[in-house]
Amino acid sequence: MVKVVLWGSLAESAEGAREVVVEAATLRALLDGLGEKFPGLRAELERGVSVSIDGRVYNDSWFTPIEPDSEVVLLKRLKGG
Amino acid sequence: MALDDTKKIKDFKVVGTRPNRPDGIDKVTGRARFGADMVAPGMLTGRILRSPHAHARILRIDTSKAEALPGVKAVVTRADFGDVPDHVADVMDNCMAGAKALYDGHAVAAIAANSAAVARKAIRLIEVEYEVLPHVTDVDEAMKPGAPVLHEGRQQETVPEGLSGNVIARSEFGHGDIEAGLKQADRVVERTYRTGATHQGYIEPHACLATMSADGQGDLWVCTQGHYMVRNVCAAILGMEQGQLRVTASEIGGGFGGKTVVFLEPVALMLAKKSGRPVKMVMSRSEVLRATGPTASSSIDVRIGMKTDGRITAAFAELRYQGGAYPGSPVDMGSMSAFAPYDLENVKTVGWDVVSNRPKAAAYRAPGAPMAAFAVESAIDELAKGFGLDPLAVRLMNGAKEGTKASYGPTYPAIGLMATLEAAHTHPHWTAPLGENQGRGVACGFWFNFGGDTCVSLNVTPDGTVTVSEGNPDIGGSRASMTMMAAEELGIPYDQVRTVIADTGSLGQNEVTDGSRVTFAVGLATIEAARAAKREMCKRAAMIWGIDADAVEWEDGAARPAGPNAGKFPPMTLKEIAAIASNTGGPIAGHHEVNAEGAGVSFGTHMVDVEVDPDTGATKILRYTVFQDAGRAVHPAYVEGQFQGGAVQGIGWALNEEYIYGEDGILQNAGFLDYRIPVASDLPMIDTVILEIPNPGHPYGVRGVGETPIVPPLAAVANAVSAAAGVRMTRLPMSPPRVLAAIQEAARG
Repeated sequence: MVKVVLWGSLAESAEGAREVVVEAATLRALLDGLGEKFPGLRAELERGVSVSIDGRVYNDSWFTPIEPDSEVVLLKRLKGG
Repeated sequence: MALDDTKKIKDFKVVGTRPNRPDGIDKVTGRARFGADMVAPGMLTGRILRSPHAHARILRIDTSKAEALPGVKAVVTRADFGDVPDHVADVMDNCMAGAKALYDGHAVAAIAANSAAVARKAIRLIEVEYEVLPHVTDVDEAMKPGAPVLHEGRQQETVPEGLSGNVIARSEFGHGDIEAGLKQADRVVERTYRTGATHQGYIEPHACLATMSADGQGDLWVCTQGHYMVRNVCAAILGMEQGQLRVTASEIGGGFGGKTVVFLEPVALMLAKKSGRPVKMVMSRSEVLRATGPTASSSIDVRIGMKTDGRITAAFAELRYQGGAYPGSPVDMGSMSAFAPYDLENVKTVGWDVVSNRPKAAAYRAPGAPMAAFAVESAIDELAKGFGLDPLAVRLMNGAKEGTKASYGPTYPAIGLMATLEAAHTHPHWTAPLGENQGRGVACGFWFNFGGDTCVSLNVTPDGTVTVSEGNPDIGGSRASMTMMAAEELGIPYDQVRTVIADTGSLGQNEVTDGSRVTFAVGLATIEAARAAKREMCKRAAMIWGIDADAVEWEDGAARPAGPNAGKFPPMTLKEIAAIASNTGGPIAGHHEVNAEGAGVSFGTHMVDVEVDPDTGATKILRYTVFQDAGRAVHPAYVEGQFQGGAVQGIGWALNEEYIYGEDGILQNAGFLDYRIPVASDLPMIDTVILEIPNPGHPYGVRGVGETPIVPPLAAVANAVSAAAGVRMTRLPMSPPRVLAAIQEAARG
């Protein structure tokens, strides 16, 4: 199980939870699990998110491993110039 | 692949030096070929008709007279494109208006003709019947109920009911309890800050040359920050397979985020398709300003509480960004970065994405962050000075460090903010005397940095020189830095490697050159490609020596037997192995494809002295110093250039630059005479101090450096001007009339 931190407005789509727990060993499983467990999150997940795992930011690498004690934070999709 | 993997590299031989720039001679002699420099036999000139209205329904377009004009070979309107996939629908609409023109300068139709003169004449023959609609260009006005609404049904589920349809999205970040934190404060500053929309101000206008053959294969020469993005977007809009469209990036005269999207390119391709001839399109400066992608303008409320000793007890910001005519302002980035430099127990940001009748905002170096930093760093400065505290000491007290839980969520690994603050605090600039009407300002800034899809191919030629092919246009010196990293890894001299920018047919997908990703991500792929080539060369040497490939190592540009049992053979250099490549298995190459993740965040601190003329309100920059963490400065001169360029663009944003709209919604200053960017004679030399706190996510410790330098200057200059003028400036740009009015109002009490 992985604990995931949600930003404020995303928490509102997850029944108000600022932290949620999902069964996931990879980034893909994490995103799938979040969408299944909290359908309210799906719209934001489909728009695209970035994910911080232990302080490093990942965008699309589905099979990035996630350890059970990893710090996982969902972020708005990062865009640059 | 982390820094730990290469700890054996203690002393870089090439990385960290300052070799000549590979594109230097071409650029100073005029030989470099930019977007407008390409020609093709039978080429036509393309030109665009643009809306003269800020908001209007397009009732009818009659192109018959234009089409009848001799020399006109094709006319294009939105109808020619038909339906496009959802993910490019807004891009399409921005390139060519559909039912409505949404801003002054919005493209409505296009012509391809034998000459520019004919194209200009033909444009005037196109008849467009508009129903002019009410418009709105100010972010706060656009949010009000009753404001003219640009789009129906675009609000996200995050927006509470009852707000204007122009409010597209709401986001919220932070942790702790703001109200409880504010109660602990000895003083709370609460202010509203505003910034104008600015343009990236790149020297080279957008330009492209499109060809489309009868069998549906297309070629595009274009100045862009990402030719793979251009290929993918144009293919989607034109209904082409991506493999049928080859895009070649020209040399680029600046982008800064403004060339991360398409404007002319799908139109040029459609004109080429309809005419059967190559079509070249070049924007005028006026078109660049009216109809490309400036940054958002903003309106930001800030509340920060502080104890008398300088400890921040709570920090809140509500950010409202108008991002032009389509959803997607960079307010999320602003909200996440606003308080990122600080270690705060109670912090919260709320961001609002708003549309208005202005051109769709594009990225501009660290998109969204500079305006947020202006608001936050101004408030912190005001609090520190209100308590008589040293503003740098206050930042050192509250600054984020390894282990800090960032305001946007994650816990920081090793970061360099404190190093920049300490360097600033001990720098002679900080204690240099100031004269009458002079003031000093400091501010911090942050940017995320990222990586993304990257391909690099490294080929060893028969004579033992090396070519690196990468897929990102060279904007900030990437050819030099890739050459240096390849030379470092291979153990050969810099001048034995040449890096070229490959077209879209030559490499796999490459992300746009943005987000300060290239030196990090392409550098990582270059190093891995060089390692692949080294493995192959070790294998070839092992074949010659008749030993196992595992018993060979690469060191100082040569394969050597490794270990006591490998045998005694003289080293084989890269040139020696390359010369017999045909005899040992064929050409030698290395390549690497990766979605590079693990980019390290970046921080900077800026310090500036200004003098304000109390009679005119004019500001002169006297001295400026940038302190920034570069991870590892591959080519320090380019790093310094990035620091200086960011500072100068930020100075322009702070003092002069602003999109000015009339009450009619028409842009009033669509030219560099009226939209004035800083020039060399306006400025002192920008001093730089490079800090090197290695990024553990990169084999050489590299961090992106291009975005962060534009984040602190708006606030640093505002803090300096406020100190010099004796009045807090909360609105940018701080143009002379605005500063003079503030001084006079303060004098009246």
